[in-house]
Amino acid sequence: MNAVSAELDRRFREAASDEHLLDVAYDFVDSPIGSLFVATTERGLCRIVYDADSDRELEKLARDFGVRVLRSAKPVDPARRELDEYFDGKRHHFDLPLDIGPLAAFYRNVLGELARVPYGEVVTYGQLAARVERPRAARAVGTVMNRNPVPIVLPCHRVIGSTGKLVGYGGGLERKEALLRLEGALL
Amino acid sequence: MSQMSLPPFERFYEEHREEIHSFLIRRLGPQRAEDAFQETFLKALRAYPNLRHGEQLRAWAYTIAGRVAIDEHRRPRADADLPELASLDGRPAFAELEHLADELPPTERAAVVLRYGYDLDYAEIGAALGSNATAARQAASAGIRRLRRKETQ
Repeated sequence: MNAVSAELDRRFREAASDEHLLDVAYDFVDSPIGSLFVATTERGLCRIVYDADSDRELEKLARDFGVRVLRSAKPVDPARRELDEYFDGKRHHFDLPLDIGPLAAFYRNVLGELARVPYGEVVTYGQLAARVERPRAARAVGTVMNRNPVPIVLPCHRVIGSTGKLVGYGGGLERKEALLRLEGALL
Repeated sequence: MSQMSLPPFERFYEEHREEIHSFLIRRLGPQRAEDAFQETFLKALRAYPNLRHGEQLRAWAYTIAGRVAIDEHRRPRADADLPELASLDGRPAFAELEHLADELPPTERAAVVLRYGYDLDYAEIGAALGSNATAARQAASAGIRRLRRKETQ
């Protein structure tokens, strides 16, 4: 009887974002490849994490964006909507603004090129390296993919090895395969 | 010896929402406690980035809730002449002690402020300090003794 009701809890979390008091709002988004931890600032989407360890993610968000990190569904709704459409096969590119923080030039360039790899197509690590004019930096490109703060939206699943093998994925190879299958890039 | 760092607000909220809600219900009844609950945590959220460390967060939360409860209490009869809470039973008026309380050790200060500033009972202060009513009473009384000594110095 005395417990905080779900409704009271929801109202507070919504008021906190309506009053622009949050550094980061986050929530969990259901998807066919598991529950996604999705976080956003007022500037844009800042994290998508598979199999998230919440404590660890909250600490990292607090360090990178500020301590006012709160679970709040409403600010995450635009991302939830676009991800739902993507997994329904109805959306081939994302319109969400991103806030992935200050990055070294190489990271920024690689992620910028990555964003241009179209739905349903794949490139190799080496090709992506060549596109940022660092043709020998395939391995470094792999590192950038591995640290992609917003997988799916920045499509690191579309980057594969030179032999056509999928090679690796932060969320596990079966997820990379599922995403490429969804996009029709794998038969 | 590093101070406890400030946790992400979500953790602070999860840890204290139930007891702050119960406290507000005891003070205001279930209806008014709802508004006061939201007000308390919105105030906490506004002030949160200015905290320098994660010590005494529970006492801090009670302090905010206590202030919100007092404001809520006054609201419906704002023009009535309410007596100062602390003078009801001859305890020292908090206003006389407030500036001195800053110099007390943290636990004693929290106990004095919550008891005389916000009129929490010792069981509530004990909960806020992570101890119990007896320890809270001792801390408040040690704090008051220390303040009296300062006052007469």
